[in-house]
Amino acid sequence: MKLLKIVFKNLFRHRLRTILTMLGIATAVMAFGLIRTIVGAWNAGVEASAANRMITRQSVSFIFPLPLPYRQQIARIPGVDAISWANWFGGVYGDPNDFKNFWPRFAVDPETFYDLYPEYQVPADQLAQFRKERNACILGRKLAEQHGFKIGDVITMEGDIFPGRWEWVVRGIYTGRDQTVDETQMHFQWNYLYEQVQAREPGRPVDAGWYILRVQNADAMPGVAKAVDDQFVNSRAPTKTETEKAFQQGFVAMSSAIITSLQVISVVIVGIILLVLANTIVMAVRERRREYAVLKTLGFSARHLIVLIFGESLVIAACGGLIGLALTFPMVAGFGAALPTFFPIINVAPVTIVLAFGAALLAGVVAAFLPTTRVVRMSIVSGLRTVG
Amino acid sequence: MRIPFSYVWRSLWARRLTTALTLGGLSLVVFVFAGVLMLAKGLEATLVDTGSPDNAIVLRRAAGSELVSQVDRGTASILETQPEVAVAKDGRPLLSREMVVVINLYKKTTNGMSNVTVRGVSPQAFELRPGFRIVEGKPFQFGTHEIVVGRNIATRFKGVALGTEVPFAGDRWTVVGVADAGGTGFDSEIWADADQVMQSFGRPVYSSATFRLKAASQFDAIKARLQADPRSQSLELKREQDFYREQSQAMAKFIKILGLVVTTIFSVGAVIGAMITMYAAVASRTVEVGTLRALGFQRRSVLAAFLVESVLLAIAGGAAGVGLASLLSFARVSTLNFGSFSEIGFGFALTPSVIASALIFAVAMGIVGGFLPAVRAARLNIVNALRAA
Repeated sequence: MKLLKIVFKNLFRHRLRTILTMLGIATAVMAFGLIRTIVGAWNAGVEASAANRMITRQSVSFIFPLPLPYRQQIARIPGVDAISWANWFGGVYGDPNDFKNFWPRFAVDPETFYDLYPEYQVPADQLAQFRKERNACILGRKLAEQHGFKIGDVITMEGDIFPGRWEWVVRGIYTGRDQTVDETQMHFQWNYLYEQVQAREPGRPVDAGWYILRVQNADAMPGVAKAVDDQFVNSRAPTKTETEKAFQQGFVAMSSAIITSLQVISVVIVGIILLVLANTIVMAVRERRREYAVLKTLGFSARHLIVLIFGESLVIAACGGLIGLALTFPMVAGFGAALPTFFPIINVAPVTIVLAFGAALLAGVVAAFLPTTRVVRMSIVSGLRTVG
Repeated sequence: MRIPFSYVWRSLWARRLTTALTLGGLSLVVFVFAGVLMLAKGLEATLVDTGSPDNAIVLRRAAGSELVSQVDRGTASILETQPEVAVAKDGRPLLSREMVVVINLYKKTTNGMSNVTVRGVSPQAFELRPGFRIVEGKPFQFGTHEIVVGRNIATRFKGVALGTEVPFAGDRWTVVGVADAGGTGFDSEIWADADQVMQSFGRPVYSSATFRLKAASQFDAIKARLQADPRSQSLELKREQDFYREQSQAMAKFIKILGLVVTTIFSVGAVIGAMITMYAAVASRTVEVGTLRALGFQRRSVLAAFLVESVLLAIAGGAAGVGLASLLSFARVSTLNFGSFSEIGFGFALTPSVIASALIFAVAMGIVGGFLPAVRAARLNIVNALRAA
């Protein structure tokens, strides 16, 4: 108990240095938390994917569509519970250089899409209205908030994959079932896309971008995938069927280099925490060599000195870590707001909090190690002789 | 009177361990700062170098990438008759009608699947882009299902070795050559005969057309004429370099914002680190400072000496950080480019401007971190300082 008191007295001897060190650790812990959260946001799509859904797309690449009759053929395969389909629309809204103006736009089948995606929750009356009106659309809550879109508003944009001017009326706002759900998408009727393209570019086929399958149980998935793909293997449009999770992982894997470099940076940060803290501890211990020699003379054992130095290091590390964690949350919120469309889902995961705090404590232990061994090995005489 | 430089230098040397720890912290921060800049530069360089200044590309209006663009045969023929289009060696217009699609291939390292651009080209494409050289095997034969793969594709993906057959679009394509495009975006592409690719994918229209201008200055003239011509109003003419710069915008902006945030946070950390060291230096040298002042050195000389010490520390840290970062230029990374929706390989580019920015950044950290401690040293009272021991 007495020792703890000395630890705290020591902390207050160089108040400015202690505070600066804590702040230094806090910034590093915050950076660590932010970067881990960004990596997590990158993987958010994978985490959010449902265990009972599969995606069937064109095997060459999903930019190529699949013929419409595939729907009945796939629906007949045993194990397939329900099927829906969607198309990527693309399009240019407002100034294309403003990130805010880019959000995912999907043409979806109004009858089945929301049955397959129960995590997109649309009020029943809005959904009914959406199904009735050809040019209706449903927006995610976050998207609507970012742009101030309200029900009844008209959204116009220039098509790129499907050229011309397009217009929709907002008829619904969906909310996510929990915070892992992307609330920045726009869904509109697939039929509208089909009819408009027929009228604008006669002869251009409009097929399904991809099919979404709901499977009764997860064990049936490999069998379903094989059955679907075997059916179309020799056709003009062979398919690739995989779990929603694998499909999402495919996207993440393409930008793996960015994730790897972020992970490297997060390791570097731990190194920086260590250096800042080690510097302070080394300085403190050097200044107090004579005192430690006196303590040794008085009969304090190595154990006591270890507690003193490690205690000081850990208290600084823990305080810095706590401040850093407290700063992480506003920082993440600010970053998410700066790049809204890049990271539709950005949350600080509990494991990130544990890791960031753990990194600070680890640094606290390592930083105290070298100075402690020096003091423990130091002979009393040489310690007393030190000129501070 | 100025305090001799050797005093500053020896002060750093006297506290080697502390100096080394501070230096290490600073160099890590500069390393990350330089690394991010190098990444952004590398991506930009790869994509901007992909275009040549006197080439122009035609896409459909509002099409941000070649993938969603369409140019029909009739329009391509109109382009070929324009007087500004340069003439190839064989006397025909130096214009390549191209068809761009994306296919999936498996990566060697992670076994993950990734998007790869397949570019169907006209025979003029090789003369149009002289940087695209075959380094292994031979060029593909027009009228056959032969393909040439870029250097990055050959090294990163499975099943594209010379002589193997790659199945896509219901046909089998033989790899007959590997091309080196000098670090440009074409290194991450597969090239084949445009007509064969269109036939296999069942597409009746081209994606884009690229041609050489007789002179780069004629761009505005041909652009104005095409816009006035009702037959080509649905098209948009861009300089090839501008087009590729736009392609890199989303990714470059992301890297920049992320880099800015990370380095801002980091620099705060490093400044605090430098401050701790300098405050300690001042505190442990109180008597020294008192002696200096008693000898007749002025307050501003003391201020300058401590500031120089801090800046010296920062420059050394900065140099070490840049040195570390220069090792990165041996690494190559690849990422999904949002513009073309396919994977693009690029390197870290260590340009003089990156080195300059990194060093300026380091010096700034040294000045900011050293200023307050230096002020404290300068304001010490002579008598009290001498008595401090």
